[in-house]
Amino acid sequence: MSVKVIQPGLLSLLQDGGRLGQHRIGLTNGGPLDPEAFHTCNRLLQNPEGSTAIEVSFGGLQLEAQVDTFICLTGAIMTLRINQQEQPRWEVLPVTAGDSIHIEFAEQGCRGYLGIAGGFDVEPSFTSTATVMREGIGGLNGDKLAAGDVLPCPAGEIRQRLYLEEHLQPKYEDITTVRVIPGYQQKHFNRYQQRRFFSHGYTVSDRCDRMGYRLEGPAIECDIEGILSEGICFGAIQIPADGQPIVLLNDRQTIGGYPKIGAALSLDCARLAQLRPGGQVHFAPITQHAAHNALHLANSFQQRLTFKERRA
Amino acid sequence: MELHSAGENALILYLGKETSPTVSARVQAAAAAIEQALGVDLVDLVPSYASLLIIYNALTTDHMAVAATVRDCIADLSADDEADGNTVVLPVYYHPEVGEDLEALAAAAGMSTDDVIAIHSGTEYRVYAIGFAPGFAYLGQVDERIAAPRQSTPRLKVPRGAVAIADRQTAVYPAQSPGGWNLIGRCPQRMFDPKATPTMPVSVGDKVRFEAIDRDRFLALGGEL
Repeated sequence: MSVKVIQPGLLSLLQDGGRLGQHRIGLTNGGPLDPEAFHTCNRLLQNPEGSTAIEVSFGGLQLEAQVDTFICLTGAIMTLRINQQEQPRWEVLPVTAGDSIHIEFAEQGCRGYLGIAGGFDVEPSFTSTATVMREGIGGLNGDKLAAGDVLPCPAGEIRQRLYLEEHLQPKYEDITTVRVIPGYQQKHFNRYQQRRFFSHGYTVSDRCDRMGYRLEGPAIECDIEGILSEGICFGAIQIPADGQPIVLLNDRQTIGGYPKIGAALSLDCARLAQLRPGGQVHFAPITQHAAHNALHLANSFQQRLTFKERRA
Repeated sequence: MELHSAGENALILYLGKETSPTVSARVQAAAAAIEQALGVDLVDLVPSYASLLIIYNALTTDHMAVAATVRDCIADLSADDEADGNTVVLPVYYHPEVGEDLEALAAAAGMSTDDVIAIHSGTEYRVYAIGFAPGFAYLGQVDERIAAPRQSTPRLKVPRGAVAIADRQTAVYPAQSPGGWNLIGRCPQRMFDPKATPTMPVSVGDKVRFEAIDRDRFLALGGEL
């Protein structure tokens, strides 16, 4: 049983929770850029955590169901139509074999998650189905979805029609504040440079992708030209020679040699990755202790999030 | 030793400031000890030349507990831990046909291509780090006489198996990719095969020796021109 890709849109990728524990052979994480929207999608669908869904960047995805099942779209504001009829997002919806599913271009935000009951049934590579195009790994064949692709999925799954109330749905805006834990080579950025970094706005450049978000704004200077290549963690903010920060995300390379002013909080990277070129970013310093609390609070909030059920 | 925050769930441990087998061996020993001590709280480790990035599960432990564990592990490291890895021999067809920069590199070094080949294949290299791309092993140190800076304009396509030099590092490209290193030959051995076990012939801490082979042997071993 399966779903067929009619139009893939700009960039649609199969993703699960990400590929962990493989950095030592040079493999990066992959996984959803907005884990909050991805996990809520699977929770609404009553799927096991990390079930494979489609990350739809910017929209334009058209599918044809070849099975009776249930789907759910979360994340960026993209109009969802089933057989031309507009449908609610953040809600489990039934589809029958032959139905057309159309996700239009994003009006706000840019990453949507289309999940299916039971998750797409794809063979994992290196413990994960996450597609990393640069490495040619994950998904159907290490690449983005293409017209004609057939995505296997379970048949006969019955799901409650859960939905997330509108006031609980995340709001996607064109501006975001990214909390940053200073550290790494922080000492190589003097106080003036650090103040400059934290007190000015930056704009998302056209060169923003799953590897990293390049930002444009006041150049930050560093007193070292380069460093001995070292491991790069998620959210690390590299400052290359031109002084323009790059926030490294899911598909970053595992090792690099640029100095880093700090690392962005993952919760805020999820919002950053919803920004399109031209979006505005402000940075705010946060201690590692406060970051730890923020992660626990967010986790607790996720666990307490309850859904309502639509009844016929 | 220095230990710094590298993010909400990561610490970076520096065990030296330069590229040396001693520092690299300490990184390896620290990685093994920390992996053992952190157990399920550990998410991933990225060893490199002189540093070790430690990524932990921030919902099951915290930076203070991890930092304390790391300090204990480092205190317990002894010289005995600096064991050598395996030695791996990689065949290389050194020739301008597959090493477009071999002649220019020899000219810049003021020696013949045969001398460059003899020096490159006569040195034992250490695997300092793996990253940049799956299976890309950073090998050092290249003899100073044949060290060469990166090309000012990187090539858009460096073929799989390309053997290259950048400064005092050498590597075999595991897959076709862009790259600015100087190409001196080609290795028929696959450096990353997702379907093989293990997926890579080398790991960090191993030793690598290159063995010069001729064109026929290169082709017989599955090399592609």
